[in-house]
Amino acid sequence: MKKIINLTINQLAYETAVEPNKTLADLLRYDLKLTGTKKGCDTGDCGACTVIMNGDPVNSCLVLAVQANGSQIETVEGLSTDEGIHPIQNAFVEKGAIQCGYCTPGMIMSTKSLLDKNSNPSEQEIREGISGNLCRCTGYTKIFEAIESLRS
Amino acid sequence: MKEYDVISTRANRIDTPDKATGRAVFVDDISRPGMLYGALLQSPHAHAKIISIDTSAAEKLKGVKAVITSKDAGDIKYGVSPARYDETVFAIDKVRYVGDEIAAVAAESLDIALAAVELIKVEYEILPAVFTIEDAMKDDAPLLHEGSPKNLCAEVHQEFGNVEEGLKNSDIVITTKMKNKRQDGAFIEMQGCIAEFDNLGVLTLTSSTQVPHYVQRTVAMVLGMDVGKVRVIKPYVGAGFGIKASANPMELACCFLAKKTRKPVKMNYTRDQVFMLARARHQFSHTITTGAKKDGTLMAIKHECWLDGGAYTSFGIATVYYTGSLLGGPYKLDNMSYDGYRVYNNKPACGAQRGHGAVIARACFEQQLDMIAEKIGMDPLQLRIKNMMETGDTTCNDLNMSSFGMSECIEAVRKGSDWDKKKGHMPKGKGIGMACGFFVSGAGYPIYRSDTWHGTVIVKLTEDGGTALVYTASAEIGQGSDTAFAMIAAETLGIPLENIRLASGDTDMGVDLGAYSSRQTLMTGHATKDAAEHAKKQVLEVLAEQLKVPVESMDIRKGFIEFKGKAPDFSELRTRYIKEHRGWIDNPKSEKLTFREASRIAFLEKGSIVGTGKYKPHLLGGKFKGAAVGTSPAYGCSAQVAEVTVDMETGQVTIDKITDAHDCGKAINLTSVEGQMQGSVSMGIGETMHEEVIFDKQGRVLNHDLAEYKIVTSMDMPMVEAIVVESAEPNGPYGAKEVGEGAIMPTIPAILNAVYDAAGVRLYELPLTPERVYHAIQEYKEKNNIK
Repeated sequence: MKKIINLTINQLAYETAVEPNKTLADLLRYDLKLTGTKKGCDTGDCGACTVIMNGDPVNSCLVLAVQANGSQIETVEGLSTDEGIHPIQNAFVEKGAIQCGYCTPGMIMSTKSLLDKNSNPSEQEIREGISGNLCRCTGYTKIFEAIESLRS
Repeated sequence: MKEYDVISTRANRIDTPDKATGRAVFVDDISRPGMLYGALLQSPHAHAKIISIDTSAAEKLKGVKAVITSKDAGDIKYGVSPARYDETVFAIDKVRYVGDEIAAVAAESLDIALAAVELIKVEYEILPAVFTIEDAMKDDAPLLHEGSPKNLCAEVHQEFGNVEEGLKNSDIVITTKMKNKRQDGAFIEMQGCIAEFDNLGVLTLTSSTQVPHYVQRTVAMVLGMDVGKVRVIKPYVGAGFGIKASANPMELACCFLAKKTRKPVKMNYTRDQVFMLARARHQFSHTITTGAKKDGTLMAIKHECWLDGGAYTSFGIATVYYTGSLLGGPYKLDNMSYDGYRVYNNKPACGAQRGHGAVIARACFEQQLDMIAEKIGMDPLQLRIKNMMETGDTTCNDLNMSSFGMSECIEAVRKGSDWDKKKGHMPKGKGIGMACGFFVSGAGYPIYRSDTWHGTVIVKLTEDGGTALVYTASAEIGQGSDTAFAMIAAETLGIPLENIRLASGDTDMGVDLGAYSSRQTLMTGHATKDAAEHAKKQVLEVLAEQLKVPVESMDIRKGFIEFKGKAPDFSELRTRYIKEHRGWIDNPKSEKLTFREASRIAFLEKGSIVGTGKYKPHLLGGKFKGAAVGTSPAYGCSAQVAEVTVDMETGQVTIDKITDAHDCGKAINLTSVEGQMQGSVSMGIGETMHEEVIFDKQGRVLNHDLAEYKIVTSMDMPMVEAIVVESAEPNGPYGAKEVGEGAIMPTIPAILNAVYDAAGVRLYELPLTPERVYHAIQEYKEKNNIK
C-alpha cells in the first residue's frame, strides 16, 4: 500500500505516493528524476547519496521516503541559481576537486552543510565534515583545497 | 622552448561543471520507455556441478518477461586475451566461484526480477573447492579447468643476461619475500548497463566501462553479431581503475535479455556483486634475490612470483608478464630472471588494477635497495641515483626510456621533503623513506593480435561559428582525458579551448582501445593532434588559394590567422563573411582575420571540413616470448618520499606526509596531472595500510561493503606535495606521457622504508595493521634485548 507524503525539495513542494519501503534516495532518483543524487552502496557507507534534510546532511539511502514526510530537502540540483553555479560548485571546478564526479554531489552537499554551520572551518573540521563521503579518485587533497578556498 | 596557448595550463576541466551540478549523466541516471530490469542468479557455491536448472516457476511469475540460462546464451568462450578465453556468459556444467553466473531474469520491475531469481531452482553436486595457491597445486586438488593441470593458469620463465654470474660477482646478496592482499577497485559507481535493440537489429549497449571498443568486440562475438551492428556507448563513468577494462558477464547477460524481450533492459551490480565479480589486484607472493657490489652497483635480480588468480584468467596472462617485465627499471641492470606462476582457485577472478602487476614486486625490490644501502653505509637516495637509467637507455628486457626525468624526480623529492636534513635525524618513532618507479604510457600492442590503429579521432569544424567538434571513442572515466584531448585539439588548431566541443566514449566515433595501461594521453592524444592538424591544413589551404599566399606563411593562434611578414589584404573575404550574416551584430572587426571567418570560407569552398587522425605505436620490444608485455612508446617515472610516525606501543602507523615527483613528459593540464598523482598515492596508501578482501572458508567475501573494506577516507589522507617534473618525450603528443599509474609505484615501498626508519622493523606482508606492526616490533625488541 502506498502512502501519500508531502515534502519540500529545493524549495518546491511535492505531494507523492510512495511504497513504505522506498528510500529517499530512490524517491529522488527514480520517481522524481532528480538523478544528481548518486547511489554508491545503498548501505550508508559511501556518502554519494548525501542530501540535506532539515538542515542536516543525511545518507538518503538510509532514510525512508515516508520518514521524510514534512521535511525540507536540499539536493545538488537546488544549488545553482539564475546567476550561475553555486560558489561551492565553482570552487570544486576551479580547484580540480572533481575527477569521475560520482562522489561529487554528495561531497558538495556535505560541504554545504559544513559551511552553513561553520563558515570558517579548520583543516580538522573540513576533514570531519566530509568524512562520511568516500572518494576513490582524488585523494581528497584538491577537495580540501576547494573547501579551504571558501572560508569566510 | 615553444610557448603554448592552451596546453601546459590549469584550464578548468570541460566535464566538471556538469559533474558539480548533478547534470552529468551516469548509466543508472538513464531510463528508457518500456524499460525492463534485469537480475542475475549467481552461484552460492564455490565449486559445484550443475545437475539441473528449473526456471519454470520464475517464468510464471507475473511481470517476468524472460529467463535465460546457458541454453540461450550458448557456449562461446570469452575473456580478455583471445588465447586464454575461459569464461562463458552462464555456467554450463559447473560453477567455479561464489558469484559465478547461472541465469538472468528480465522483468517489469527490479523487485519482480529479484523475486524471480529466487524462484529458479538449481540442483548442485558440491565439489571440493580450493582457495589458496598451496591447496590448488596439490596432487589431489580438484581441477577448475580441463587442460590446466595443477590448476596452473599460466607460467612465465625469462632470463636476461646471466643472473647466476651476476650474483656470483656481487658483494652483497639479499633475498626477501613480500606478500600483499587481494584488493578491490572500490570505485564509487557500481557497474551498470542498458542494452536495447532497434527494429533494424542494431544493438546499443550503454555501459559503465573503461573500454567501449573491447566490449563491442566481445558482445559481437558472444552474441554472434556483426561488429558493425553493435554500438557501445559509455556515459560518464564513476571510475574504474582497471576493473572495468573488459566486458563483464552482466553486460553480456543484459544484451541477451534485450535480444529475447525486444525491450530495453537495465542491469546494475549491487556493491556486494562488485566484490563478487572482483577482477581487481591479485594477491602476489614474491621472492626476490638482489645482488650488488660494495660500491652500490646493482648486479642482478632473481625474481619468482606466485599469483593467486581466482577462477578465471581475466587479465591474468598480462598480469603475470607485467609482474616480471616492469621490475628492473628504472635502474641500470644487466641480469634479471623471472619465474612467474598464476594459479586458478575457487575465488573470484583477479584482473588489472592501477599499476598492473607491478606494485608489489616494486614494494619488495625497493626495500632491498634500502637494505643494500644500509649495508654499505650509503644514503638510499644516493644509491638510487648511482644506478639510475638515463634518457635513451634500454632495460635488459628491451624497454626503451625515450625520455626519463628520473634523476630530476629524485632531486625534486629530496628538496621537497628536506630529505638531507631529515634522513638519519628523525626522533625515535618517526621515520622517512623513499622509493622510485616507472610505468608504461600505453601498452605497445592491443589485447587481441591485430594491426589495428590504437586510436582514431575526427575533428569536424562547424559549418559556421568557428567551433571545432572532436569525436573520439576514448573513455573519460574521471582521469580528465576529455579535457586533455580538447586542449590538444585547441592548441593544434590554434583556437581557444571554449571553441572546442568534444564527444567521446562511443564506438560509432571510431576505434579507441580505451582507458587502460595509461595509454590515452599519449595515444589518443596523438590521434587528436593528427586530426586537428589535418583540419587546420584544409582551412589554410583554402586561405592560401583565396589570398594568393603560400600556405607555409600562415598559422592560426588564439583564434586568429597569423601571417609571416606583411598580412595580405583580406577585406574581400571579410566582406564575403559579413554578407553571410546580414543583420547579425557580432561581425568581426579585428585587425586580424579570425578563425571563425577562415573556417566559414573554407566550408563555402569545400563543404564540411573534417580532419581525421590516427595513431599506433612503432614496432616495439624484443623477440623473446612475452616481449610484447611491458613495451610502450614511452615510460613515466616517479620518486616519492614518505614520512611516518609509528606508535612503538600499539603498532599504529600514521603517514604524516608524502612528497611525490612524477615525470609525465609535457603536462597537458597541470591540475589533472597533480590529481592523478594524489589519487595514485591515496590508492597506494589504502593498499599499504588497510585494504584486504577477506573470504570465509566457503569462498564467500566477508567484507563486501565499503564499511568493512576500508579505503582511504578524508580522515586518513596525509598531506601530499605533488611536484610535476616535465621532460620532452619524443614519442608523445607535445611530449606528453603517462601519470595515471606510474605514480602509485613508489608509494608502498616508500612507506615501508619509512616504517623501518622509524621502528627498525621490516614488514614483508601487507596491509600494515597495528597488530602486524606490533608483532614485528615485539619480535625486534626480543631479538635486540630491548625492554
